[in-house]
Amino acid sequence: MLQLTCPWCGPRDETEFHHGGQAHVARPADPAALDDREWAAYLFFRDNPAGPFAERWVHSLGCRRWFHAVRDTVTYAVLATYRPDEPRPGVAAAARPEGESR
Amino acid sequence: MAEPTAPGPAALRRGPLDHLTGALRAATVTGPRAVALAELPCRTMTALRAAPDGPAAARLAEVLGAPLPTRCGDTARGEHGTALWLGPDEWLLVAEDGAPAPLDALSAALGGDPGQVVDVSAQRTVLELHGPSARGVLEKGCAPDLHPRAFPPGRAVSTAAGQVPLVLWHPAADTYRLLPRASFADHLAHWLMDAMGEYGLPEVD
Amino acid sequence: MTGRPDQPARLPHGGRIDRTTTLRFTLDGRELTGHPGDTVASALLAHGLTGVAPSPYRGRPRGIVGAGVEDPGALLRVEGSCAESMLPATTVELYDGLRATTLSGRGRLDPTPDLAVYDKKYVHTDVLVVGAGPAGLAAAAAASRAGARVLLVEDRPDTGGALLATAPGDGPEGAALTWATATRTALDAEPEVRVLTRTCAFGAYDGNYVLALQRRTDHLGAAAPAGVSRQRLWHIRARQVVLATGAHPRPLVFADNDRPGVMLAHAVSTYLHHYGVLPGRRAVVATTDDSAYATAADLAAAGCAVAAVVDSRPELTDTAREFRDRTGVPVRTGSAVTATSGTDRIDGVAVRPLDAAGLPAGPGEELPCELLAVSGGWSPVVHLHSQRQGALRWDADLAAFVPGTAVDGQHLAGAVRGTYDTAGCLAEGARAGALAASAAGLPATVPAPHRPQAPAPVRPLWLVPGDGDDPAAWDTHFVDLPREVTVADLHRAAGTGMRGAEHIKRYTTLGTAHDQGRTSGVNALGVLAALRGADSPGALGTTTYRAPYTPVAFVALAGRETGALFDPARRTALHEGHLARGAVFEDVGQWKRPRYHPRPGEDMDAAVARECRAAREGVAFMDASTLGKIELRGADAGEFLNRVYTNGFKKLRPGLARYGVMCGEDGMIFDDGVTLRLADDRYLMTTTTGNAAAVLDRLEEWLQTEWPELDVTCTSVTEQWATVAVVGPRSRDVVARLAPGLDVGREAFPFMAVRETVLACGVPARICRISFSGELAYEINVSAWYGQAVWDRVEEAGRPEGITPYGTEAMHVLRAEKGFLIVGQDTDGTVTPLDAGMEWVVSRHKDFIGKRSLSRPDTVRADRRHLVALIPADRRTRLPEGTQIVDRGVPLTPQDGPVPMLGHITSGYHSPALGHPFALALLAGGRDRIGDEVVAVVGDTPVPVVVSSPVLYDPEGTRRDG
Repeated sequence: MLQLTCPWCGPRDETEFHHGGQAHVARPADPAALDDREWAAYLFFRDNPAGPFAERWVHSLGCRRWFHAVRDTVTYAVLATYRPDEPRPGVAAAARPEGESR
Repeated sequence: MAEPTAPGPAALRRGPLDHLTGALRAATVTGPRAVALAELPCRTMTALRAAPDGPAAARLAEVLGAPLPTRCGDTARGEHGTALWLGPDEWLLVAEDGAPAPLDALSAALGGDPGQVVDVSAQRTVLELHGPSARGVLEKGCAPDLHPRAFPPGRAVSTAAGQVPLVLWHPAADTYRLLPRASFADHLAHWLMDAMGEYGLPEVD
Repeated sequence: MTGRPDQPARLPHGGRIDRTTTLRFTLDGRELTGHPGDTVASALLAHGLTGVAPSPYRGRPRGIVGAGVEDPGALLRVEGSCAESMLPATTVELYDGLRATTLSGRGRLDPTPDLAVYDKKYVHTDVLVVGAGPAGLAAAAAASRAGARVLLVEDRPDTGGALLATAPGDGPEGAALTWATATRTALDAEPEVRVLTRTCAFGAYDGNYVLALQRRTDHLGAAAPAGVSRQRLWHIRARQVVLATGAHPRPLVFADNDRPGVMLAHAVSTYLHHYGVLPGRRAVVATTDDSAYATAADLAAAGCAVAAVVDSRPELTDTAREFRDRTGVPVRTGSAVTATSGTDRIDGVAVRPLDAAGLPAGPGEELPCELLAVSGGWSPVVHLHSQRQGALRWDADLAAFVPGTAVDGQHLAGAVRGTYDTAGCLAEGARAGALAASAAGLPATVPAPHRPQAPAPVRPLWLVPGDGDDPAAWDTHFVDLPREVTVADLHRAAGTGMRGAEHIKRYTTLGTAHDQGRTSGVNALGVLAALRGADSPGALGTTTYRAPYTPVAFVALAGRETGALFDPARRTALHEGHLARGAVFEDVGQWKRPRYHPRPGEDMDAAVARECRAAREGVAFMDASTLGKIELRGADAGEFLNRVYTNGFKKLRPGLARYGVMCGEDGMIFDDGVTLRLADDRYLMTTTTGNAAAVLDRLEEWLQTEWPELDVTCTSVTEQWATVAVVGPRSRDVVARLAPGLDVGREAFPFMAVRETVLACGVPARICRISFSGELAYEINVSAWYGQAVWDRVEEAGRPEGITPYGTEAMHVLRAEKGFLIVGQDTDGTVTPLDAGMEWVVSRHKDFIGKRSLSRPDTVRADRRHLVALIPADRRTRLPEGTQIVDRGVPLTPQDGPVPMLGHITSGYHSPALGHPFALALLAGGRDRIGDEVVAVVGDTPVPVVVSSPVLYDPEGTRRDG
């Protein structure tokens, strides 16, 4: 089970959190000004990287605060957590195992 | 508009575990592995919201007679009860009895600043688990680290036990107070009584 | 050999069994004996028996091979109040009165409910050490010395690991064993150390989260205290983990290698030293490395006639020479056992010299024996490393897969990394324990790295060829015993052109039995390599290990979360009263809500009809406490609600309430409810029962992440309030009596107004004129402390009017008659407010969450499904929820292909007020079909139904004000 470090409560089990999708996707200031394609891009399209991914989490069972995490989608390593008003920290991907078959 | 939060007749009050008073008592385990469970019903509780480092928090602290805790897990005992840290701008003030909270004074202290003072006395109840086996009982369904190095007396955290979201408060050694939402109290009590049962039976490694 | 004629193979002394106590048990109905400390397998061997149930497919005789979890085939069904199957006889501890039967590879679930207790424990530790052999004990001791909280788990009943299979006494092993015992005693005395035996760490997950299963009471037999958990699942969060999981011995692959009496050499040593059992009086030892010489020496010392040690290596090693010189037992170097003979048990082996290519060459010999102890090398137990994405590396010197990459927070010591000598294990353990404690933030003195001894040479024999040169004929060369996969099978699989080990595994089923290929996996790769002429198994890759390491029962994973404790049942403050009244409950989310209140002799239909009539004609009351309630405060609360709801709340006057709908950004209905304005800067929002937490989460999400500049804070008050709805044309009289201080007049207390008052009983209350039925109605909110008292007083106050309690079923009928939707029942995440016919609630003047989506090409399609009512043409047939709707004349037979669906029924009831059944439905282009007839397919029966506007009862709204 993942362990996420809530910026306010410290390390807690994943089961105390809910995932909120990709981080740093701002709501358009004036949705009515967007055409259908632009609105659909905001609504439906998200990145899906193999590697570090900035995503939103909420500490539902704890302080109920939303925060951001950079998580490696390959190794599941949580590389950083930070408050929503902080910029995304620069983090490198965690070392990956190689050459295994599944 | 008068607030419907003034206290009513005490005789008409009922805690969410009134129907289990006898069962809780019967679940008591004595001896070296003792543990006991009781409801502390109808405690006055107040939800406080304010910017932690702003003037409103300072004014609230003045009413409470203690500064509002600023870190996860911290609690602060004041004149009107103990303030438990729930979030960076959120506290739960828990009184030791059912006497009314100073809602007007708190609201006045908050003034026009962002924040909230809300009576939530009936929103939760308090279950007190006490005895040398209390931690062992909780560890059967409570994920945070309850070792005294990590969770010494005086601390409180929002978490879950027995699948029930709650505030877990450790006011003193061997004593834990569990503050679930009132609707979950019956389930939590049954879960705790079930978990306590082992300590009244012969010990197995 | 022994004083006990019933246990002829039991040694007169030695072992960790209690000879002073005799345990009686039955196996396949046969009465046998043993001692505390025995397993079923060791007791069986003590009787001179080795055979277990025959192989599952070919019916070949099979025997005990191993001495622990690595045993591939000795499976038992152990009887009890709930029998358990597929338990290895080598791990089932003996207790008095045990009854078991042997299984041919297949178990059967006992249909009897398992009444044993299973529970869980959640613990944290600085250092978790898995495995209590010399490396693990040393690691635990070192970590403890640094002041760390230490948890040491060991699968077996005793700590000591491989030392338990060595001779006690004055030698180096004896000294190590003495050290291990003393270390265990010292660890037990440390307050911050917990040692769990009979506990298998079976799964390692992200962030050093480890699951371990503890077997607590099985070994106690009838003495197990009732009510104490039989098994306990430990959820362990460790800052650092030390894996000292050891290694499993590997068997050898040759003709008829599955015959009873062929055992792993290490297991033979274990039976000798741990259980005081001599598994055979005449033995041959076959090996590819030095480790089996200890077994050969042990056998000889125990009085066994060891005919020879057959060693694949061409030269005598120092260990081999020393052994030969000391015991006089002949050593056949450069040789292999190529076949066995015997019927139900081995009675001899064929030994032949090998040429440089490993092929049998030259004349052989036959050696009579009743035990063949084999050692094909060792496989480090890397499962918990591999489960954490740790890679494996083939080590040619060791002929084994060893951990190849570091896993964050995981340390390895001893045989798991290919260090097999005791001194090396102790040194690595001490270093790993200190490193782990240090990494956990404790001041540890870390010893220098151990300089490993160069390992003694090994000469792996992946495949000892059989007769002829066609591997297709080698169909008694068993690689995987429980799945009966032979060299012939692997040859055929390779011949199909499959290259990947994983493909071959799935094709042959190799490694898929209860033992998950513990002893066969590496050998299979070796055989494939040999068949292909590849260098080594390392060239073929390995498999990724997945949890669980050993089988775990679902009942143990469930723990106490069964029966009444399965899931929290939420109760309102009025629950005890509902129970006393005999209410029938239904689950709404986690809440228990009264569905109806039957009177004696009434079925649900009759009770619901009566409750509906009371609400429409007189007065009825219900517990409405479960609705979510969120108090919002702040200068921007109105602005925030304007953005959250599709309609406006900013201009709502204090003291009034308004119904609102909230959508997701996709424009689909997310929740609805009535929101009260309590003051300029305070609102009280109500949400649907099941969505309360999700709505609050979403409000916080917008406030914290998107609009932090807004001055709004939210606090849940769902359970602060008990809510009693008083409904019906006579409700005004009841409320007037209940709240004498309140002017309940039509004009003084209009629809959607909010009043605060003190009830006659002294309880402060907030009363709203809100209606979910179309009737005159009030909702009385009081602190939940007083909920039951107020409920009782409502009943008392309504007695003259015959006030009737009603439940959720009547509530549903009443609201559906009015066309009021229920989010989550009549909507499903694909319904916009416009689809639901609620354009009146959608503001044109302001932006709100989801507004832009209401003008997407997809949401403005004319054929979207609209919420409509349906009335059966016969006015009799009930229309159940989920019923599909098709056009008239559409064939429903399978031959005619997929049936075009027009929609489905979301709510269906009988309406006492209308006198016939009706339904709400989502119907394609429904609003353009009002008056049309379509077909609802109820079961197999097409039922003609007429499409109607969703408001069937009092469409003019004349009843709202009484």
